[in-house]
Amino acid sequence: MQTAPDPNLTRNQRLELYYYARLTRDIEERVNILHKQGKVTGAVYRSLGQEGESVATAYALNRDDALSPLTRNLGALLTMGVRPLVMFLQYMAKGTSAARGRDLSNHFANFPAPGAQAPILIGPVSPLGDMVAVMGGVALAAKMQQRPLVAMVYVGDGATSTGVFHEAMNFAAVKQLPLVVVAEDNKFAYSTPVHQQMAIAHIDQRADAYGMRHQMVDGNDMLAVYGAAKAAVDSARAGAGPFLLGIDTMRMKGHAAHDDMRYVPPEMVESWTKRDPIALYRERLRRDGVAKNAELDEIDAMTKAYAESESQLAADAPDPDPATVERGLFGADPFMSAEVEIVRSPFAGAKAAR
Amino acid sequence: MAEVTFLEAIREALFEEMARDERVFVLGEDVGTIGGAFRVTEGLLAKFGGARVVDTPISESAIIGASIGAAYMGLRPVAELQFIDFITTCFDMITSVAATSRYRTGAGVPMVVRGPCGAGVSGGPFHSANPEAFFLNTAGIKIVEPSTPYDAKGLLKAAIRDDDPVLFFEHKLLYRRLKETLPADDYIVPIGKAIVRRTGSDLTIVTFGAMVHVALDAAEALSKEGVAVEVLDLRTLAPLDRDAILSSVAKTSKAIVLHEASRTGGIGGEVAAIIAEEAFPYLDGPVVRVASLDVPVPYSPPLEKAVLPNVEKVMAAAKRLIGY
Repeated sequence: MQTAPDPNLTRNQRLELYYYARLTRDIEERVNILHKQGKVTGAVYRSLGQEGESVATAYALNRDDALSPLTRNLGALLTMGVRPLVMFLQYMAKGTSAARGRDLSNHFANFPAPGAQAPILIGPVSPLGDMVAVMGGVALAAKMQQRPLVAMVYVGDGATSTGVFHEAMNFAAVKQLPLVVVAEDNKFAYSTPVHQQMAIAHIDQRADAYGMRHQMVDGNDMLAVYGAAKAAVDSARAGAGPFLLGIDTMRMKGHAAHDDMRYVPPEMVESWTKRDPIALYRERLRRDGVAKNAELDEIDAMTKAYAESESQLAADAPDPDPATVERGLFGADPFMSAEVEIVRSPFAGAKAAR
Repeated sequence: MAEVTFLEAIREALFEEMARDERVFVLGEDVGTIGGAFRVTEGLLAKFGGARVVDTPISESAIIGASIGAAYMGLRPVAELQFIDFITTCFDMITSVAATSRYRTGAGVPMVVRGPCGAGVSGGPFHSANPEAFFLNTAGIKIVEPSTPYDAKGLLKAAIRDDDPVLFFEHKLLYRRLKETLPADDYIVPIGKAIVRRTGSDLTIVTFGAMVHVALDAAEALSKEGVAVEVLDLRTLAPLDRDAILSSVAKTSKAIVLHEASRTGGIGGEVAAIIAEEAFPYLDGPVVRVASLDVPVPYSPPLEKAVLPNVEKVMAAAKRLIGY
């Protein structure tokens, strides 16, 4: 496991990583409250404990790379620049949401105009593993178009057991595609523990069968994740082929809000609680002399206020009009558009540098 | 102009579209070096190179997944399934991802999935499928099945130029049996438009694909018995050309729906329901389905013949219907 910090990160960049991880947690806390108030409909899938790896993996991409998240990768989307308002509108199924109320959470897409400094984002579908194949196609096209693009796709330990995952991994390896597969071992697929999902010791060994390069990393150490992800992204961009980055982490909430996690041994929760990625990273920032507590508290206040104000904006938005429910099924009707608002963080200087 | 076969017409469409638009590329199993199991893509590799004629592992889900991703990136993939039977192995990619994408996210998937369908060549249970009904119940995809070389070329061009996913089914029985002289100029056949292949006033046969020719043979035989049959070739199965179906039935008052897929849950039920719901006042008899028996397509020629619709079965149904 790699633990060395990436020496190339500036102070601003290290603070920006903290900002996005905090923002992720604060947004989810807001969503949790809204869910209890009945303002967020359906299920809510938390990424508590996984915010750090979501942010740090996406941070390794260029602003105009391609990313396909899982439902627990809110942090990756925020890091790519998705405005929190976009997420709140989605959670509340509003008429002005990216999916116009037709699909939930991060099930939306962003295809910016060519040349725009904005990411290609492709939301997941619920049959797991599919997006590895789709992102393989994105990478294949980029290669054909001679664009220096890297595609990053997230899968969980459960999804690596699907047939399409196997097909997509093999395809990416045979075609030497610029694809980075972030395989999150978060210890449970709903209630199924990893050892009932695979007979190998570590999730990254899946890649061995395909002749694909791979590495396991401590998913709760943000700098280690960033360093490993950056190496994978850079090498894929340089033409070295696909890479599977295994993430060792823990899903700290149930599969969704309705799941009380009774199948998780309490001592397991206890030990992983001590390894909270944001607390660890905050401590690291202090220890390395990057920031003092007061400065980090300031960021905390900033992200909390931002999450609150964005959620308020979304709450005031209108519901979708049932009269539109048949619109936009085919291209002849331009009702839907695959574009969301992309913003910069207060640490924008840091982003521009990478 | 020389005559071309149904298969050559499809190949011409691929050549011309790839020459016209550099975004168009083909991918699939064995499509490059040997030009596909049926040689539909023969010559494409030499002309356009390996970057645009992509041989793949035996991975239908990865092929369709890659097509979807490439379509998102602005390319125009044409994926070949070696036999359309294998579409079941990428069903999820087509129905969950491609079909829902634009409706859910606004991201269109301009992708064509094409391959040989149909029975009648002793292909057995896994090389004889007509899978259209699996997809009719899925909003967001178009389904096309031509019956002539002219339509095969024109519809495939239209499918490639379409901004949404199109399933393009090619009846393998027609590949080398039909020949036609095609126009030298570029043309398309619009998706969503049926065509009357033979006019008649006594009875309408609604059909498509290879069964068009069975219907035409039956119509010819019935004409000698004084029954004037109209043959409507659907050409596109989704979206159905409801106006064409209804206006023909309004004229003849009697309808047979003929298809090669098995009867239960087939497209015939949907067409019959449309007629019953919207043309009931015109009807002068039940809407009759002629389709394959509800079994997998068997290998042995006499067994296969017993399962598939044919001229005799169509004529028997027509005579029963004319009696009303």
